[in-house]
Amino acid sequence: MAQSFFGGVHPDDKKSATRAKPIETLEAPAEVVIPMSMHIGAPCKPLVAKGDTVQLGQRIGEPGGFVSAPIHASVSGTVKAVEPRPSSMGGKVLSVVIENDFQNTISGEVKPVADPGGMTPEELVEVVRNAGIVGLGGATFPTHVKISSALGKADYVIINAAECEPYITGDHRTMLERPEQVIGGATLLAQCFGVDKVYIGIEANKQDAADVLNREIAKTGAPVAVEVLHTRYPQGAEKQLCQAISGRQIPSGKLPADAGCCIFNVSTACAIYRAVYEGMPIVSKVVTVSGSGVIEPKNLECPIGTPVAKLFDACGGLREDTYKLIMGGPMMGMAQYDTEVPVGKGTGCMLAFAGDEEQYVSDPQCIRCGKCVGACPIRLEPIFMYKYLMKGDRETFEHKLHGMDCIECGACTYICPARLPLTHAFRMGKQQVQADRMAAKARAEAEQKKEA
Amino acid sequence: MTDYKNLKLIASSSPHIRSEEDTRSIMLDVIIALLPALLMRVYQFGSWSFRALTLTVCSVAGCLFWEWGYRKLMKKSMALGDLSAVVTGVLLAMVCPVTLPYWMILVGSFFAIVVVKQLYGGIGCNFLNPALAGRAALTAAYAGAMTTWLAPDATYPAFGSADIITAATPLAIMKEGTAESFAELTNTYSLGDLFLGKIGGSLGEAPALMLILGGIYLLVRKVISWHIPVAYIGTVAAVCLLSAPAGVGAAEYMAYNLFAGGLMLGAFFMATDYATSPVTRLGQIVFGVGCGLITCFIRRFGSYPEGVCYSILIMNCTTWLLDKYIRPTIYGALRREKKEAAAK
Repeated sequence: MAQSFFGGVHPDDKKSATRAKPIETLEAPAEVVIPMSMHIGAPCKPLVAKGDTVQLGQRIGEPGGFVSAPIHASVSGTVKAVEPRPSSMGGKVLSVVIENDFQNTISGEVKPVADPGGMTPEELVEVVRNAGIVGLGGATFPTHVKISSALGKADYVIINAAECEPYITGDHRTMLERPEQVIGGATLLAQCFGVDKVYIGIEANKQDAADVLNREIAKTGAPVAVEVLHTRYPQGAEKQLCQAISGRQIPSGKLPADAGCCIFNVSTACAIYRAVYEGMPIVSKVVTVSGSGVIEPKNLECPIGTPVAKLFDACGGLREDTYKLIMGGPMMGMAQYDTEVPVGKGTGCMLAFAGDEEQYVSDPQCIRCGKCVGACPIRLEPIFMYKYLMKGDRETFEHKLHGMDCIECGACTYICPARLPLTHAFRMGKQQVQADRMAAKARAEAEQKKEA
Repeated sequence: MTDYKNLKLIASSSPHIRSEEDTRSIMLDVIIALLPALLMRVYQFGSWSFRALTLTVCSVAGCLFWEWGYRKLMKKSMALGDLSAVVTGVLLAMVCPVTLPYWMILVGSFFAIVVVKQLYGGIGCNFLNPALAGRAALTAAYAGAMTTWLAPDATYPAFGSADIITAATPLAIMKEGTAESFAELTNTYSLGDLFLGKIGGSLGEAPALMLILGGIYLLVRKVISWHIPVAYIGTVAAVCLLSAPAGVGAAEYMAYNLFAGGLMLGAFFMATDYATSPVTRLGQIVFGVGCGLITCFIRRFGSYPEGVCYSILIMNCTTWLLDKYIRPTIYGALRREKKEAAAK
């Protein structure tokens, strides 16, 4: 059944550094910094103030709207400050700083669901919402919004366990060590959507995880099927996974639900399982710490809000010639300049690169090889998109070349032998097109007001 | 423990890793792929070997000099290290007769590098293949010198002597396209001669065997894709099979047409030139078929015995058109009927 998607590239997966290392629990830090915005959508309003005592799993951030997710204390202790702190997304974000009392007193709010088998879809959505679950693969879109908008539309439910970015092994280890959570979460989703089968998409370089899951499925008789997919980047991108497993394409500018698909990351499925069976909201995250700059790469489970410096400390520190820190994978992750930024809900990986500086070409010249066209999973033509953007022609970029469909996966930039900054240009181009659209909309509204 | 404050960190945009392949490694691969054919041919020239070698070196040096000089003069960034000028130099030498005066190949390299490549903006911006355009310019300017084909067993003339033993190229022998001319060709050269390069012709258009090996190397290294060479050679093969003169075995006629002349050099190394061929796979197939048809047309009906050079140059001119109209359907594009349904 496993099909394919368009284009793609084959970066060296570099997973061997942490593939065989069991998830270790990081010793909780003395202080955690929990940003009030770790998801796509409205930031949360803090529910606590300086001096308050909080318990593990207690809600400390109230959703700021429908597309938002509550935030919970990841340790027990005292609120030291509620103030803007450096964020992994750049700039500062209002954060709750908690001093850990190392008691791990669990909040009374943490209550498992009494009858998981008898839950209605609406009840599951409520549990997911209260647990603050967002897309844990890195997209951080609130999961309750995703489920409720896809209910009744989706007949294909897919668990994304492709983990196609190099270095990252957190999902791989989770599947090996906690198959009951993965399958349990998938079963809950099957029940919620009323589908006969939930498909788990795994890249072929994780065959052992597929075997473990298959054994768990055989044991429990869960309505889940494992699909082993080609090892190719970006296999784990939503549109590409949808295409590879269901053979359907998500219409341009639409959501997976419009193609009858709903896709969840494997750690999101685990989080749903824990929220239902343990009542535990998202308070911790499995983070792969790897890269040439890390002395001893590891898979660590740490409380949300742990400064990334603590992760590196637990891995023996960094090499002195480390020149780049990346939160996320090497293809789509964000470079960081501060080791005090905290681990958020979407953090699955921290990389440190050391040694030879990366290749930088000061005046890159396109040689027109067309490799970017072959690599684009959306079948765009990055070579022309780049040329038109460099000329400032956003009109052609947007309409003729479908630039807004770019998923910024970085495959074109990875493959480009001339080292053009393609993805960066498209990211900026898309932002400018958005700004143009907003400006046009504002102008139109002003016109209307004038007429009225 | 490491003091993180002392790290000198770069915060740049993703992706943070790059494929190892870059422009320089691609050009180096092309040079490596050309070497077996070039070296074997140079060896076969016997007493002309030295001359063949120095002509190649002269061509490469010329290309590098013109590229350096132009970019220096125009105060543009220097990228001689990308080796693209070296590739042009080697290819230009390979499509010229080994007897060509040194100064003429310098003129050719000037035309290739300055007029065809740099005036249009440098690497990736030219619309004609520089080496072939250089050859075409030289053929127009010095028709005699450009069609003096050394006989395979010619000896280098003694000092002061101007006698050069020449031979007709296989394609020239069968130019008339009759059964008799084809019989003359088969009597002059065996297929093995063609395959191993024991024929009259330009410095690097043979041996076919080594050129094919070089092409396979480029395919394996993913420097080129199969689309253009297969479409090109396949079209020539098909047309020859269907159009063999009466009284000639179609398969034999096809084989001679494939391995004589510059088809292998053209299909693997010239038509696949990035800057002058389409970027989409389908566009590349159309491009290759077009090259094949024009090659056959010139060989059969044109006044030149060989059509590879001009067929590729002509198709180079259509590249922008192929790129404009042959475009991939993007992921998730709404089909027309669905669009109409959505509009209702």
